[in-house]
Amino acid sequence: MYSQGLIGADGSTDESQDFLDRFQARIDAEEKIEPTDAMPEGYRRTLVRQIGQHAHSEIVGMLPEGNWITRAPTLRRKAALLAKVQDEGGHGLYLYSAAETLGVSREEMTEELHSGKAKYSSIFNYPTLSWADIGTIGWLVDGAAIMNQIPLCRCSFGPYARAMIRVCKEESFHQRQGYEIVMTLARGTPEQKAMAQDSLNRWWWPALMMFGPHDADSEHSDQSMKWKIKRFSNDELRQKFIDATVPQAEFLGLTVPDADCKWNEEKGGYDHGPIDWSEFWRVVKGGGVMNRDRIRDRKAAWEKGEWVRDAALAHAEKRRARKMAAE
Amino acid sequence: MALYQAILELADDNLVLGHRVSEWCGHAPLLEEDLAMPNMALDLIGTARTLYDYAGKLEGKGQSEDDMAYLRDEREYRNCLLVERRNDDFAHTMLRQLYFAAFMKPFWDAAANSSDEVIRGVAGKAVKEMAYHIRHAGEWVIRLGDGTEESAARMKDAVQALAMYVDELFVSSAAAAEAEAAGILPKRADMRPAFDAVINHIFAEAMLTTPEVAYPQTGGRDGLHGEDLGHMLSVMQALYRAHPGASW
Repeated sequence: MYSQGLIGADGSTDESQDFLDRFQARIDAEEKIEPTDAMPEGYRRTLVRQIGQHAHSEIVGMLPEGNWITRAPTLRRKAALLAKVQDEGGHGLYLYSAAETLGVSREEMTEELHSGKAKYSSIFNYPTLSWADIGTIGWLVDGAAIMNQIPLCRCSFGPYARAMIRVCKEESFHQRQGYEIVMTLARGTPEQKAMAQDSLNRWWWPALMMFGPHDADSEHSDQSMKWKIKRFSNDELRQKFIDATVPQAEFLGLTVPDADCKWNEEKGGYDHGPIDWSEFWRVVKGGGVMNRDRIRDRKAAWEKGEWVRDAALAHAEKRRARKMAAE
Repeated sequence: MALYQAILELADDNLVLGHRVSEWCGHAPLLEEDLAMPNMALDLIGTARTLYDYAGKLEGKGQSEDDMAYLRDEREYRNCLLVERRNDDFAHTMLRQLYFAAFMKPFWDAAANSSDEVIRGVAGKAVKEMAYHIRHAGEWVIRLGDGTEESAARMKDAVQALAMYVDELFVSSAAAAEAEAAGILPKRADMRPAFDAVINHIFAEAMLTTPEVAYPQTGGRDGLHGEDLGHMLSVMQALYRAHPGASW
């Protein structure tokens, strides 16, 4: 899962106009750019940052959902959640590999995550406080990610676009699974229904924020659109998401926590109330409930695992030396 | 009822170890292991589910797999002590996995000839999974045992800590002995040569030795566990128990 306007990309580049024009002509002709092709430094940098953020989001995203693996309420749910979290890890691995084709190593990216230099989707800085959150994350967070990632299947950079095709298939399975969890709760006991509504109340606005700032305030969109890394604006994607999701909530008998959310016949979509961007920026900048805990847990896993990685390297080296000596 | 008890023992072994392995998810030493551990947990929990389902039918009181997993207390759990041991570090976790799989692989191999159709079905799937677990955990035991000074020391500690739980794997409870006599389950004691062959081979490469165990630890089949199991169950069962009768 992952979806968010790219945070802090620098698309500036200093190649010759002729080179840039030829590159742009390839993009405009919908040719895929491959890792060994010449590309503007700004294009490479934007993609490294975007794919890296996407990969980190998958990895950090394992934590809030992993929080309920040991407490899943049935064995069937436990197995499904394990498989889902494993999928997210697989997406992370896949994406790190895509970023590595651009000349940056997984270790470097991991260090940037731990130092706070690299970002990940801010949605994971919210806590999972009930089992319903596992359903809501699948339904809303993976649902929002799909909105963003379907167009990425046509991204101009080949390895990223191809990775997204597989990732999207799995995400849409997760989305349906999440919706089914919420549906079971919404049709369950009064306590379960209340759990589902409370979860929707907490995740609705953060889910809308996943698409990033309004178009008028989004700094990096223009160049990314021109390079066809991005195909739709933040507001367009957010609108699509709201239009798809509000009827799903109504079907469940749940209410989105927005008194201004109403169908607008004229535009053929839902209007929504103002988004609290001060909260978005507070959480992006480190002020969410879980920001520190997420990085603490990732760093702890990495640091506690160092002796294991060192041993694997040392053993491989010993094997190599023995083989050489035997030859 | 004897068969019900014997199946429950097997199911509990698989669930408890699957749960323990799942605790690593998102916290493993490297991303590849964050993918491998849920895989192993899924194998074990999948086996447990089929066995609970079967045990419930044998008992005939309408208990679901979840009733059995979530409503029994530690005294009613019948798993062997090895599987409930804490993860501690990666060396302990991999050794625990190796010991268990090195026992279960020949067990399921032999169970392919069971007189019971459900057991034959479980065995067919589980035997391949256990072969993979031996390979995965075995390779790690070798890497760690013959890696750095620190990893070798940790691996030795793990052997010291877990070897005392190995003998219990080969002991059949009264219920299991009945199922064995009926040709439904293989005789546990018969697994010793295959188990020793795998462990000796891997330990030789890992520069480990099997220690003399003065006091083998047993009691799991009688519901006599260490203190850690209760904590594991209280986490696992809390939500299910908080909403009696609810569907999830």
